[in-house]
Amino acid sequence: MIYREAGQFKTTYAADQAIFPIVQDRVFVAVLLAAAFLVPPLAANEYWLQAILIPFLIYSLAALGLNLLTGYAGQLSLGTGGFMAVGAYSAFKLTTAFPWLDIIVVFLLSGLVAAGVGIVFGIPSLRIKGFYLAVAMLSGLVAAGVGIVFGIPSLRIKGFYLAVATLAAQFFLIWLFNKVAWFVNYAPSGTITAPPRTVAGVMVTGPEATAAVRYVTALGLVVLFAWVAKNLVRGRVGRSWMAIRDRDIAAEIIGIRPLRTKLLAFAISSFYCGVAGAEFVFLYLGSAETLAFDISLSFLVLFMVIIGGLGSILGSFLGAGFIVLVPIFLTNAPHLIGIGMPVALQKQIELMVFGALIIFFLIVEPAGLARLWQITKEKLRLWPFPH
Amino acid sequence: MSKILVPVLALALLAGPAASAVFAQAKEVFIPLLVYRTGPYAPSGIPIANGFVDYFTLINERDGGINGVKLAWEECETQYDTKQGVECYERLKGKGPTGAVVVNPYSTGISYQLIPKAPVDKTPILSMGYGMSASSDGRWFPWVFNFPTNYWSQASAVIRYIGTQEGGLDKLKGKKIVHVHHNSPYGKEANPTLETLARQFGFELTLLPVDHPGQEQKSTWLQVRRINPDWIFMSGWGVMNQVAIKEAAAINFKMDHFIGNWWSANDSDVVPAADGAKGYKGATFHAPGTSFKVFQEVVAPGTSFKVFQEVVKNVYDKGKGAGKKEEMGEPLYNRGIVNAMFAVEAIRTAMAQYGNKPMTGEQVRWGFEHLNLTDKRLEELGMKGFTHPVKVSCEDHESSGPILVQQWDGKKWTVVSDWIQPMREVVRPKIEAAAVEEGKKLGYTMRDCSKEK
Repeated sequence: MIYREAGQFKTTYAADQAIFPIVQDRVFVAVLLAAAFLVPPLAANEYWLQAILIPFLIYSLAALGLNLLTGYAGQLSLGTGGFMAVGAYSAFKLTTAFPWLDIIVVFLLSGLVAAGVGIVFGIPSLRIKGFYLAVAMLSGLVAAGVGIVFGIPSLRIKGFYLAVATLAAQFFLIWLFNKVAWFVNYAPSGTITAPPRTVAGVMVTGPEATAAVRYVTALGLVVLFAWVAKNLVRGRVGRSWMAIRDRDIAAEIIGIRPLRTKLLAFAISSFYCGVAGAEFVFLYLGSAETLAFDISLSFLVLFMVIIGGLGSILGSFLGAGFIVLVPIFLTNAPHLIGIGMPVALQKQIELMVFGALIIFFLIVEPAGLARLWQITKEKLRLWPFPH
Repeated sequence: MSKILVPVLALALLAGPAASAVFAQAKEVFIPLLVYRTGPYAPSGIPIANGFVDYFTLINERDGGINGVKLAWEECETQYDTKQGVECYERLKGKGPTGAVVVNPYSTGISYQLIPKAPVDKTPILSMGYGMSASSDGRWFPWVFNFPTNYWSQASAVIRYIGTQEGGLDKLKGKKIVHVHHNSPYGKEANPTLETLARQFGFELTLLPVDHPGQEQKSTWLQVRRINPDWIFMSGWGVMNQVAIKEAAAINFKMDHFIGNWWSANDSDVVPAADGAKGYKGATFHAPGTSFKVFQEVVAPGTSFKVFQEVVKNVYDKGKGAGKKEEMGEPLYNRGIVNAMFAVEAIRTAMAQYGNKPMTGEQVRWGFEHLNLTDKRLEELGMKGFTHPVKVSCEDHESSGPILVQQWDGKKWTVVSDWIQPMREVVRPKIEAAAVEEGKKLGYTMRDCSKEK
């Protein structure tokens, strides 16, 4: 009844092609954005901002990046944690080397560095002649020889093979940051710490920065990048990604260059992940070691994308929300209903319930939470008269 | 389906943090406990957490709290993971009538995260024998305490011990020493001091990192075999310790030349290697655990440390123990007891200054800074000889306490050395230099201790 587009006539192409063609959607998104910018900084306490909302936004950005690569371009990647680490460490190096540089610029630059690294590690995704060489080089750095032996049979399985190559990226990058003390400015502990930095006179990073400011910074970046991503996937670039994903040979025949398309997907995805990684240290953790970016982070972001919905911008947010918020809720739930239990037991139960929930959602809707949302909207259009 | 799910989820998410708004009663001080009773670090995490809780229970049950102010605490599971640690800290820091008065991160990684937050939240950090060594300089890090001694002091004391075993520090020249360490801020912490000492005494140092979580160490021990070191020093944690000790036994390394730091010498570390672990040594800054059998024979009738008697009487006999009675006396359990005692004594010191009421984090910070645990006080606590006296000052938050070396004989730990002094003349200048560097990173300035009260 409320959600009905009757009477909304599109008289221009622009109106017809808008991201949100229906007025109700536009109003909803506008209200949501306004609320997101205004309500939490004013109303939420530090626990909400620091432990729930900021990580949610940062994970959303990382999931968004991976979704562009895996969901839209069909390139399975397990290197997200590594690319996020590149973003974090380059942001640290940049801001300590050039303290006068605006921290937002630092975030973006470190995203670019991550994109560069992403391209390098994306090379194996191309079926070009230097292929064996690339595998040999990359995996040789990680564990000489072994990678080649395992890499050759996997050439035939494109998706999983690629996952192995990106896995090499993951392990190699983490090893690199752990090994080379230059990346941490020779700190004996190997920890990077976010130094205090301001944007337009307001403290954004470091211990003195308020949670509200950090929240707004993270939100601003994620909104900007979601908007860019949404437009990207609706345009020529996104369509060529989807063509490659759906059938690469057919895509090649209609004139899409696999090399450029795949590398671009790697570059843009890594850029997003890099920015997310920089935010991860500067806005969320405050200080981090390489362990924060280990393989489990890559899996976490991949699960967000799968649960949220492959090939969906909204899905990235829903997936991040699910994976960040549900465990925290489960931790707090026993207290809420007044059951006191040992923390170890509680943690085990949390893991079990969380696992069961993931399976449940994947059975109910294998296409992810975004699809559930879509179905809801379709039903809402007919409501309350379904016939 | 989705029509039900969406509102349910939304409701669930809204309700979540409401749980954190549980208010404690007035006459209490609240202490958050970041524990890890699950995951790869649980073997180390459980005894510490139990020791902590048992001592707090003892204070509440026997004395009715500290000068009438009860101790309140809440455990939060971190799995030794920094991200979960932050969530726990944020959730618990505001609880109790005066907020968290001291936080024990029990992870060097989490300590690094909380150090910048401490002055902002006005919550002192007690990272007892771990965390950032540079924070021992109280002029730069007023909110962080890592007494009775830190990793750098420990490394120097262990080298001194090796020196005495070899017949003098000058005999170290040309000896091969390997540092097997957890590849994390914690494990790397001792490296700079070891490197300095290697240059000074001319021994050959090899650093062998083991990646988290440390279940796979074949390549590390292959290297150890190739190097064939005279001594091995280990900074391990959790499951890494058991694996390393088993691997060392498998290559027939002389176990009495293998010394773990104080986080690598618990019962749970040596028991899996069975007889192979016999002779393994570990550093400690309090008396080692007596296994329960010994405890019964020696301790139960007329215990050597009164504190255990009291814990049994007031905690376990009332059915309020956190763990099993048999596990009392494990080194890490004892460490939990010592750590809890330091926190309690600091609060007591603060009360002597500010009155017997619930203290704030700022007041407890003052208490830590003026903590003076004499032998006499330790005797009153039933801990004489259990740990070394400690005196904290504005400049020195570490107090470079001496260490003991304990050895595993296949059944129990026994102390095999006197109190070994760290090389303060080597370590302190390094700490001061590192404090300047780390402090500047955070935008701190040095405070003038002569102006402090």
